[in-house]
Amino acid sequence: MRFLSRKIRDKSSLFWMVISLVILLLMPILLAVGLYLKSLPILQEQSFWDLLTESDWKPMQGKFGFLPFITSSLWVTFLSIIIATPVCILTAIYLTQYAKKRVLAIMQPIIDILAGLPSVIYGVWGVLIVVPFISKTVAPFFGLQTSGYTILAGAIVLSIMVIPFILNILIEVFRTIPEELTEASLSVGATKWETIKYVLLKKAFPGIISATGLGVARAFGETIAVLMVVGNVVKVPTSVFDSGYPLPALIANNYGEMLSIPMYDSALMLAALILFGIVLLFNFLSRMAIIRSEKNQ
Amino acid sequence: MKSKIDIKNLNLFIGKQQILKNVNVQIPENKITIILGPSGCGKTTLLKSLNRLTDLYEDVKVSGEIIIDNEDILHSNQDVTAIRKKMGLLAQRPYPLPMSIFKNVAYGIRISDSENKKTIPQRVEYHLKQVNLWDEVKDRLHSPASRLSIGQQQRLCLARGLAVDPEIILADEPTSALDPISSQAIEQKFIELKEQYTVVMVTHILRQARRIADYVIFMYLGEVVECGTAEEFFSNPKEERTKAYLKGAFN
Amino acid sequence: MKLKKTEEIFFKFLMYISVSFITASLFLIVFSIFYKGLPSLSWEMVSETPKGGFYFGKEGGILNAIIGSLYLSIGATILAMLFGIPIALFMNVYLRKYNRFVNGIRFFLDLLWGIPSIVYGAFGFTIMVMLGIKTSLLAGIITVSIFILPIMVRALDEVLKTVPVGLFEASLSLGSTRSETAFRVFLRQTIPGLATAILLSFGRAIGDAASVLFTTGYTDHIPTSIMQPTATLPLAIFFQLGSPIEEVRSRAYSSALILTIIILLISVISRIVSAKYNKHRIKF
Repeated sequence: MRFLSRKIRDKSSLFWMVISLVILLLMPILLAVGLYLKSLPILQEQSFWDLLTESDWKPMQGKFGFLPFITSSLWVTFLSIIIATPVCILTAIYLTQYAKKRVLAIMQPIIDILAGLPSVIYGVWGVLIVVPFISKTVAPFFGLQTSGYTILAGAIVLSIMVIPFILNILIEVFRTIPEELTEASLSVGATKWETIKYVLLKKAFPGIISATGLGVARAFGETIAVLMVVGNVVKVPTSVFDSGYPLPALIANNYGEMLSIPMYDSALMLAALILFGIVLLFNFLSRMAIIRSEKNQ
Repeated sequence: MKSKIDIKNLNLFIGKQQILKNVNVQIPENKITIILGPSGCGKTTLLKSLNRLTDLYEDVKVSGEIIIDNEDILHSNQDVTAIRKKMGLLAQRPYPLPMSIFKNVAYGIRISDSENKKTIPQRVEYHLKQVNLWDEVKDRLHSPASRLSIGQQQRLCLARGLAVDPEIILADEPTSALDPISSQAIEQKFIELKEQYTVVMVTHILRQARRIADYVIFMYLGEVVECGTAEEFFSNPKEERTKAYLKGAFN
Repeated sequence: MKLKKTEEIFFKFLMYISVSFITASLFLIVFSIFYKGLPSLSWEMVSETPKGGFYFGKEGGILNAIIGSLYLSIGATILAMLFGIPIALFMNVYLRKYNRFVNGIRFFLDLLWGIPSIVYGAFGFTIMVMLGIKTSLLAGIITVSIFILPIMVRALDEVLKTVPVGLFEASLSLGSTRSETAFRVFLRQTIPGLATAILLSFGRAIGDAASVLFTTGYTDHIPTSIMQPTATLPLAIFFQLGSPIEEVRSRAYSSALILTIIILLISVISRIVSAKYNKHRIKF
């Protein structure tokens, strides 16, 4: 009796585990298929390439050019990565090679809290500090006039959001480089800095690329914080002091209100699908690079 | 001499690497059998295939027979948990379960035998006394097992294994993490336990084997080189490789 | 020789700047939220729901959003645990020998982890429209739990990975089944780490705005059933900040302060819980 009931419990928990795993594995496939099916109507009407390269966005007239949104997303993302990556590399080198253990112990919670702050908080901070800073200090310095709600504001806010994310990976990358390698380099007479420059950075290079790639994916999908500071003007930006309108913001601002306009729904789903695809692609390539470099070691 | 475990033509592969090569041995009942050999010779694998812990590893292929009480456990349709329950395992270092001292011993009794709930405290006491741990822990039975010293933990693990009423005790270098005094206590215990149980122990310490073995299986590179009674094995080895090993050539 | 030294000094200087930049950013963010949020933070803010004219700067508070957020994230965390814990146990107990398969699942989870929450939100809304479900607490809970599930499973997995194989073998040798080993031994062995992993997911759930933007709706009342729409803190902040009225905007700041305090509390609690468990930190 007792044995039988144990057996049943064992089988039923196995059953639940398998079901859960299957649901988890099916979810993204369902997501991708669903997004694709919903964006089919617009894809059948207009060519994908035209949608990507047109800059006219007039849903009422059935014109859906994604170019302003895609270029805005690219501007904000790459600018933020350009700010974040050097800061992360320098910090990771400092924390793993120079700093005392105690400094790392203090920095770790700071990094973790930054990583845990909700994006709406970053957005509020951006509105409070970054936007006025750009309109009152940075833009006048270049002799420009702007409200401050710009690509640059989005990029600055975003860069601080992705820093903890990239930094945590980089710290791990530098930490896993075997100590013997450093010792070998030091014992042939290289200075600490030369060792870092010629040995560690070289060894860490694939890891740095991967971390940056993951950062790009992260930044590309970030919605609320960027939306709050970037201005949301439909126009292909030509300078960092222009307002922008990234893809996630497009979805967030318009979804839910678009059901009455034909094709609008489908266009926004296509935006979500593009977002999904790009993020997945960057994640995939970066993770593959990590796995590759681990195998080579 | 009655044999408890009968191993016939046992071959074991991990991937393409052959770990056990055509092992044919018999393990006598109510004796201490020592599996001896240099590290990496397949001793631990042989021990773990006895209670089918080899199932846990990827790419393991086993062929042959392991017959315990007239049943081939490798091809049995009996539940694997029941097979494992027949054998208590003592590992290289103690792995107390994440619970109190009392619950560690009671764990096996609780999951396998719900009829006698009331007798659990007595049985826990009995088994803790059996491994001479009772006097040291009777005042703190409900504190976590992880607070015990490593030697005490190993004795607790032995008590925990004995509590499920096994017939066989499998021990994989059980003293390798212990201090000399705790090691001695375990060895002493094994000598007492062989009255009731069949003990199979893996070791690479020659002196330990000399101290407690009734029967010795000497392995080298996955093969059983020689097996026989301890007396015979140590005083009159037949194989060249055994002689070399006893002189210390492999260590 | 001298040049080399100068170069090192120069880069070390840059390193100090980078570290200070990161540290200063955190303090600047927290400080500015406190500085702007404290003046309008009152007992009324956290103890009352919005009254008439609240959105023109009249009386009331954001209790609806605080409670709504708690309902939503607690619900989503529990729902995600219901699936997440079995999956993580399955990977580490049952599938332990199929290393390549488990690593495949991990890779997959890492990919999922990066999908932006707005995509989940938009997709969730489409499903709701298709099935004719109205915006509600339930819809939000489901969407958010799907969004945090990969995060939770991966975090739980990192913790369960550390259980030594010897303990696994010890438990099996006592005649336990694999499910008994999973639930009685593995879970118990890793409680502090599991708590941290679950708190991490909870933090994600309570802070995310994009996934609930279309799914939960927004109301001034505290929901009394999961079929009703609900307000959430991130959206309360977002909407109030967009107001042209100064009083409402300053309430957005104090709402942000409340959310920040909740997040900091979660961080402190998980740090205390995992204090004994520093060997294997969950990294994200």
